[in-house]
Amino acid sequence: MTQNNSLFHIENLSFAYRSNMVFENINFQLEKGKFYGLIGANGSGKSTLIELLMATLSPISGVINYQAKSLHSYSRQELALRLALVPQHFSMDFEYTVYDVVLMGRHPHIPRFASPSQHDIDAVELAMKTMDIVHLQERAVSALSGGELQRVIMARALSQETEVLILDEATSNLDIQHTIAIMRVIKERVHTNGLTVIAAIHDLNLAAAFCDNCLVLKDGSIFANAAVENIFTPELLQSVFSVQASVSQSSENKHPRIQFQY
Amino acid sequence: MTKIKPLLILVSLFLILCVAIISATGMGFLQISPQEVVQILWNSLLGQESQSINPTFPFVVIEVRLPRILTSALVGGGLAVAGAVFQAILLNPLADPYTLGISSGAAFGASLAIILTLFGIVIPVWFSIPAFAFLGAMATLIGVFSLASTDNKLSSNTLILSGVIIAAILSAGIGFIKYLADEQVSIIIFWLMGSFVGRTWSDVLTTLLIVLPGLGFTLYYARDLNIMALGERTANTLGVDSSRVKKMLLVCASLITAICVSVSGIIGFVGLIIPHLLRMILGPDNRILLPACFLGGATLLLGADTITRAWLPSEIPIGVLTSLIGGPFFCYIFRKKQLAKAS
Repeated sequence: MTQNNSLFHIENLSFAYRSNMVFENINFQLEKGKFYGLIGANGSGKSTLIELLMATLSPISGVINYQAKSLHSYSRQELALRLALVPQHFSMDFEYTVYDVVLMGRHPHIPRFASPSQHDIDAVELAMKTMDIVHLQERAVSALSGGELQRVIMARALSQETEVLILDEATSNLDIQHTIAIMRVIKERVHTNGLTVIAAIHDLNLAAAFCDNCLVLKDGSIFANAAVENIFTPELLQSVFSVQASVSQSSENKHPRIQFQY
Repeated sequence: MTKIKPLLILVSLFLILCVAIISATGMGFLQISPQEVVQILWNSLLGQESQSINPTFPFVVIEVRLPRILTSALVGGGLAVAGAVFQAILLNPLADPYTLGISSGAAFGASLAIILTLFGIVIPVWFSIPAFAFLGAMATLIGVFSLASTDNKLSSNTLILSGVIIAAILSAGIGFIKYLADEQVSIIIFWLMGSFVGRTWSDVLTTLLIVLPGLGFTLYYARDLNIMALGERTANTLGVDSSRVKKMLLVCASLITAICVSVSGIIGFVGLIIPHLLRMILGPDNRILLPACFLGGATLLLGADTITRAWLPSEIPIGVLTSLIGGPFFCYIFRKKQLAKAS
């Protein structure tokens, strides 16, 4: 592993909500151009870790470096050009059109009082095409179904054209068809454009099928950070999720496949 | 939406406001034709005198009607802009300057000023009422902020709840002041109902000095406000410092509300209906919505004030009129919208 491949460098990170300790002295590294899965039981701190990586929360101690520079030394504007977030929950009470919302992803690229450039418009159209929402572009977001809305928010993040895309259970509202389609699109971008993805995922088989590496959270610490083949073992599943499962290997891409015992 | 259309709407709203100001100036006990109004304005700008116009007309126009008309227009515009800003910040299309208790604070301040003079503490009323109303509004804002700041992100729900709590306490306070005022309670009640009677150029000027810079300030942050509709967390990841923008715009909108209430009393529904109506026509983009609200609110309140001043046989308080017309009208659009959503 070369130093300039490192994207996030986390050292002795601790975080607490008031007196409620969430993380204590955790250390890990994330590399450029990989698809990371963030897994762990409910309440294990996945969303908190995402907020720390997005700099919307500040650690009580420790270091978060992004490309060898402290994450908090970047301005919000600079971060917005580098990191995009697809949140888990999203609702909107105002009747912006789908097109307007996707265009909001270009906000950090457009100077105040300027109009969107041709490149901005192209990025919006590409993102809408990728997420299969071109036919919805004139509709008000307040009139969309949960799955359609999720795709709009995904397109919003894609149009931001950042080098890192962070997903907070972004596919949990989607049907299986769109889930797979979106995961494929993202994975392809990881491999062709060098995008880095950090995705909190509940569905372990989905994580196993698409991620390169997984970061496993348990009880406020990093339980494991390794390639998926090494993560999805019956022993780990037992100790992290307390479930009985057997793991086989998929024939087409060698990714693990989990069979739970119910 | 194309670029031309919103601009066209803004220009036409501006022209409508100009026409409304000129024709309203001509209306009243003394009828003055619009041509004469324009000529009087032109002459007074150039410092000329005209022989062809009735010599009492310039005095009526410049000293009596115009200050009142401009004050009502500025207050209408200010309340509508403040309403639109509160709605955008609190992510609640039904919020208005009253939601956070700001105007209750102003009303409490004004009542306090009135009761103090009744108790023989002599401060000139023309000064004490606006000053106390303003201080009341600002104190309320600080109170609401500090109550809501237990969660340091200033979430919309916490803010609205804090506003409701403080407004309830304040209205009990107003009730107590009314009780103390005993037989002279009518002065307080009348002030609270809102009125533009007898406004002077100094009222126009103070309102102008707050409302116009306030409008400019909100316009500067209009795009950030649009982004904040995505929710605070997402807005932060798009490069908007939402808690800072939120705080600054809340202070700005509260200042506008405070100055409006202090020169006119409580005038309801302008801050709610105008942004709501214009959003239905123009869409939610604050860059167009905010100036449109200013122009639309100004025209509406000016129109309502002209109705009570020049048309009705005896003047009824403007706040009562706007609520009487605005309330049912709002029920109608609200109901219509709910039905449209359900179908």
